[in-house]
Amino acid sequence: MSNTDFVLALEDLTVSFDGFKAVDALTLYIDKNELRVVIGPNGAGKTTVLDLICGKTKSSSGSIKFKNQELTMLSEHEIVRAGVGRKFQTPSIYENLSVYQNLELSYPVGRSVWGSLTFKRTAAVSEQVNKIAAEVLLTEQLHMEAALLSHGQKQWLEIGMLLMQDPELLMLDEPVAGMSVKERDQTAELLKRICQNRSVLVIEHDMEFVKKIAHKVTVLHQGKILAEGSMEHIQADEKVIEVYLGH
Amino acid sequence: MNTLSDKLLGGKQGAVGLAILALMLFVVFPLWLDLFRLGLLGKYVTYAFVAISLVLLWGNGGILSLGQGMFFGLGGYCMAMFLKLEASDPVSTKIQTTPGIPDFMDWNQLTEIPFFWQPFKSLPLTLILVLLVPTLLAFIIGYAMFKRRVGGVYFAIITQAIALILSILIVGQQGYTGGVNGITDLKTLLGWDIRTDSAKYILYFTNAGLLIACMLLARYILTSKFGMLLLAMRDKEERVRFSGYDVSNFKIFIFCVAAMISAIGGAMFTLQIGFMSPSFVGIVPSIEMVIFAAVGGRMSLIGAVYGTLLVNFGKTMFSETFPELWLFLMGGLFIAVVMFFPDGLAGIYEKYAKQFKVNELVSSYLAKSGKKVAKLIGEKA
Repeated sequence: MSNTDFVLALEDLTVSFDGFKAVDALTLYIDKNELRVVIGPNGAGKTTVLDLICGKTKSSSGSIKFKNQELTMLSEHEIVRAGVGRKFQTPSIYENLSVYQNLELSYPVGRSVWGSLTFKRTAAVSEQVNKIAAEVLLTEQLHMEAALLSHGQKQWLEIGMLLMQDPELLMLDEPVAGMSVKERDQTAELLKRICQNRSVLVIEHDMEFVKKIAHKVTVLHQGKILAEGSMEHIQADEKVIEVYLGH
Repeated sequence: MNTLSDKLLGGKQGAVGLAILALMLFVVFPLWLDLFRLGLLGKYVTYAFVAISLVLLWGNGGILSLGQGMFFGLGGYCMAMFLKLEASDPVSTKIQTTPGIPDFMDWNQLTEIPFFWQPFKSLPLTLILVLLVPTLLAFIIGYAMFKRRVGGVYFAIITQAIALILSILIVGQQGYTGGVNGITDLKTLLGWDIRTDSAKYILYFTNAGLLIACMLLARYILTSKFGMLLLAMRDKEERVRFSGYDVSNFKIFIFCVAAMISAIGGAMFTLQIGFMSPSFVGIVPSIEMVIFAAVGGRMSLIGAVYGTLLVNFGKTMFSETFPELWLFLMGGLFIAVVMFFPDGLAGIYEKYAKQFKVNELVSSYLAKSGKKVAKLIGEKA
């Protein structure tokens, strides 16, 4: 596989579960500072692609290169440390800890056993936590137990936890699921802000939301790319209308 | 959570709780109980080491080990091996076929001390091995399990199986381990008779002091970022992993710490009670210790200590009067606690005592009496 200028390059990526190819010879490139949205009907393999990139699922063949570094051989925490952050579909936060602690634990210092035992809450940590909390609109909830947040706020908190790590590639699995209209708008604004100096890969179902944020849209169907391009281009595509938008 | 003293004591409330416990162990119990009962208490305090190790491992880390008895036992055996070698000097064993070796070796036709007993001729080496052997075993088990992401019920069952294997091994290798009787007739520590009344007091206080030290260590771990990560791993392991942490390393570390704390308890058990046997290694003691921690409160270090003492005094009292009923009672107690008070005694205390502000009362009382004492001392001087 050749080296590229892309932040993320998936080439010929395949994974099969007992013969069923959830992702089939997928090739996908993501540029620097790009916000890419992946859409597709249920079972198209969208979440599996994220699982493959972040190391949760091992690929059967093909390559995943992040800044020309092969990720398929790395373990999950090494991929995170390389600069890839991933948000799960259902909000995945530490419910028993405060919002502050949730963010603090995501601060990329003291990640070893010894480091965590000697970790000190320095001014730099507090500053970063406050900055990110403001970014994801949770300043007032900073010392609240995370379990008490609304569903939408939990989604933001998880995005905030990823931002704490300052990843170069941020992957979000259905970030606006279960949000109110207002929260969706705020999330769209948030995503536009945070993709200023990083690439973002979003999986989403909500077409209105996709229109608002996407630079480029990829449509997956049965583990393969059906179409790729701007939202207008996608909406005009016959094949896409047939398998997805038409329904 | 920044200053060292806060980390060790767990803030004001933690400090008060710990002070009360220390007061009970160092002043109230020794004045109130006769030497026989105090000896029993000393034995229960050694179990409390295991209970606090389970607070770290199970309550906070969500890792249920049903094999903590093996670490307690190994610590105890290491200590017992040293004491046994000292008790088996050629003069007191001159009636044996081979004088100068432990009696059970002689009965099993051994003619010399096996190689793995050799290090236990030295006390410093023994003290190191008391800590090292159980920790090393925990590291091997932890590495094999956690790196393969074995967890939950599977981990519990495997630790239980290993505890069983170890106890069977000890029983089976009679010539090397003393078999089912264990290692008995322990007399002196570097010539100091551990069976005298004064030795019993000294060992009791050493034991209590070590327990408090282990609790401070545990507190430090729980109030550090490591402690927060334990809670985070218990609730959302995947999120921790995908935040750039190697989860298995954290689990291995806390499993090793828990093993080491349990081993200290085991070694102190041997010193105070004067023997060690496989009945403290296997499944039953391991599960009993989980019950102690559950009754006291698996999230609370202090609660776990009280839970251990309470259940054991209950056991002693009930089994004196109704020996057959005790096991049923203990099982029932465990089920009741898990169903109705998942946070144990500490949870009940948190719920009700806070309403009556017991803590503030006690801490203000302590402060007042502290001033009085200071004044008295000042007057005398």
